[in-house]
Amino acid sequence: MQDVVDLEQTVTAIVVDHAGQIGALMPILHAVQEHFGFVPQEAIPLLASLLNLSRAEVHGVMHFYHDFRSQPAGKHVIQVCRAEACQAMGSQDLEKHIKDLLGIDFGQTTADGQFTLEPVYCLGNCACTPSLRIDDDIHARVTPKRFEQLLQSLLEPSA
Amino acid sequence: MSVRIFIPQDTTACALGANQLVLAIEAEAERRNIELEIVRNGSRGAFWLEPLVEAEWEGKRYAFGPVTANDVQALFDGGFPGETQHALSLGLTEEIPWLKNQQRLTFERAGLGDPLSIEHYQLLGGFEGLRKALELEPQAIVDSVKESGLRGRGGAAFPTGIKWQTVLDTAGQQKYIVCNADEGDSGTFADRLLMEADPYQLIEGMAIAAVAVGANEGYIYLRSEYPVAKKILQQAIVEAEAANWLGKDIQGSGKDFQLHLRIGAGAYICGEETSLLDSLEGKRGLVRFKPPLPAIEGLMGKPTVVNNVLSFAAVTTVLARGAEYYKDFGTGRSRGTLTLQLAGNIKRGGLVELAFGHTLRELVEDYGGGTATGRPMRAIQVGGPLGAYLPAPQWDVKLDYEALAEIKAMLGHGGIVVFDDGVDMAQQARFAMEFCAIESCGKCTPCRIGSVRGVEVIDLIIANDNRAANRDLLEELCETMEHGSLCAMGGLTPMPVRSAMRHFSKDFER
Repeated sequence: MQDVVDLEQTVTAIVVDHAGQIGALMPILHAVQEHFGFVPQEAIPLLASLLNLSRAEVHGVMHFYHDFRSQPAGKHVIQVCRAEACQAMGSQDLEKHIKDLLGIDFGQTTADGQFTLEPVYCLGNCACTPSLRIDDDIHARVTPKRFEQLLQSLLEPSA
Repeated sequence: MSVRIFIPQDTTACALGANQLVLAIEAEAERRNIELEIVRNGSRGAFWLEPLVEAEWEGKRYAFGPVTANDVQALFDGGFPGETQHALSLGLTEEIPWLKNQQRLTFERAGLGDPLSIEHYQLLGGFEGLRKALELEPQAIVDSVKESGLRGRGGAAFPTGIKWQTVLDTAGQQKYIVCNADEGDSGTFADRLLMEADPYQLIEGMAIAAVAVGANEGYIYLRSEYPVAKKILQQAIVEAEAANWLGKDIQGSGKDFQLHLRIGAGAYICGEETSLLDSLEGKRGLVRFKPPLPAIEGLMGKPTVVNNVLSFAAVTTVLARGAEYYKDFGTGRSRGTLTLQLAGNIKRGGLVELAFGHTLRELVEDYGGGTATGRPMRAIQVGGPLGAYLPAPQWDVKLDYEALAEIKAMLGHGGIVVFDDGVDMAQQARFAMEFCAIESCGKCTPCRIGSVRGVEVIDLIIANDNRAANRDLLEELCETMEHGSLCAMGGLTPMPVRSAMRHFSKDFER
């Protein structure tokens, strides 16, 4: 019950923060996701009523964009670039290695809740590929071995 | 006196360890009791040399690169930050041929200093274009842009001045300036580099547009995949407002311009201008029918200038130095400079700004130095994921809009992605269709369904299932997509597919 009240208060406060903005739904969804780590299902009817939109419209916007998720992500989000400039430097092999290593496919989270794996189409790091992004850090010329080191440093941040 | 050290805060530099490098250099300098002042500059775009460290001595800058944290101790042992014969020493930065031989206008300032220092920006000629624009009649500004011959740098190459004229001529109390910073094409990073290295140039260009067409509000639509650019732009807007280059009564001119930053959410299609406008309005990013043109009914149905980052940036040069100056660079109907981005399997990747008219071969061989893997180059994709794959016999093509169109290719946003002989072009063709299927907005059938069918048909061709008939079918499908799609996404996806079939036919017959 408390959770529902919290959600309502938080979402309402976010909407108030964006009052008067053109096309506020996008920045609002970003803010909701920033707060909760995802866009909770219960937020959709709430946003619809606060913004005078239909639930279908809010749902439609949320699911149109790859960034918005309806489930919590793992502790770290790993985005592997699948686009051409990375392909030219062997990103398909890297992608396969990462999937094997983590034991998950794109769109999935490891059982321990540590990592969510997502595809991304270009990180703008195309001169030093393959590229991937872990949370807000982008990494260049990532080899399978380099990825394993990165993974290790995330698992043991003190090391 | 302490020595100034420059270490870029650019995405690629950081992706290669620039932040760790800063810590390592600070620690080593402290250990040796050397006083340093570290400036986090933007990148000069020589990404193959990143992290590129510069040390400033008697007004001259000496480059070292690529430097990693592991090199720091040896670098100091060799005399860094003073004179050193260390293997990573590159001599004077401005004498590095890769940089020296470029013709930089838009990226002239990139990497020279702290991107957020307004003083530094103005010291190097920044805001001169806007200052001049504020003294001109709107029509005179638009005329100047028209005379410069500037064509949209986002990819469509529509004359910028004509677009501005339409917005100026359309009556309306409320008009908008929108910057398309949704640089989604693989192999491109020029917009990102500009926003991270010289953000005030974009702000200045947008403000000039606002003054020219009578708009008082603008939006930068930045893709979410660029977290560093986001941070820099947010701060740059605050600083520009504080210095009264944005906001109310800019520099006492009586003109207002309020600029907002909006972040996309991972949809490639939002780089298409009408889809971008719908996204800005808080909707799904669906492509709109044209007409009406955004210049007449754009954001919220109001007259709107939508331009790419580099187009706005180029306008600052046009205004500051005159249309004639800008126009003198280039060839035929492609005027000014072009920012090419060497990417993929390339030895010396990065941003190369040159007047139009150099050949692709000069770019990938002279600047790029061949492949990173050292294997022979086999295919070059020019113009992003919707651009053609070019085989060796076409590499002597001149890089301008018309010459590329003649060989059924396009310049797009200037991305050049090199592949070595390990590439399977049938798979590249398949990926073009797959990407379209993933990123299509879904509004029109040729794109939404054609792309899915495209993947299926290419799979059949690869599997040698009724191959000849399926090749014909794929050609037909491509034709339908080209002619029947609502926007360039569906309309141009056949370009990489058909070029792969045309020039690399045997890859489809393995």
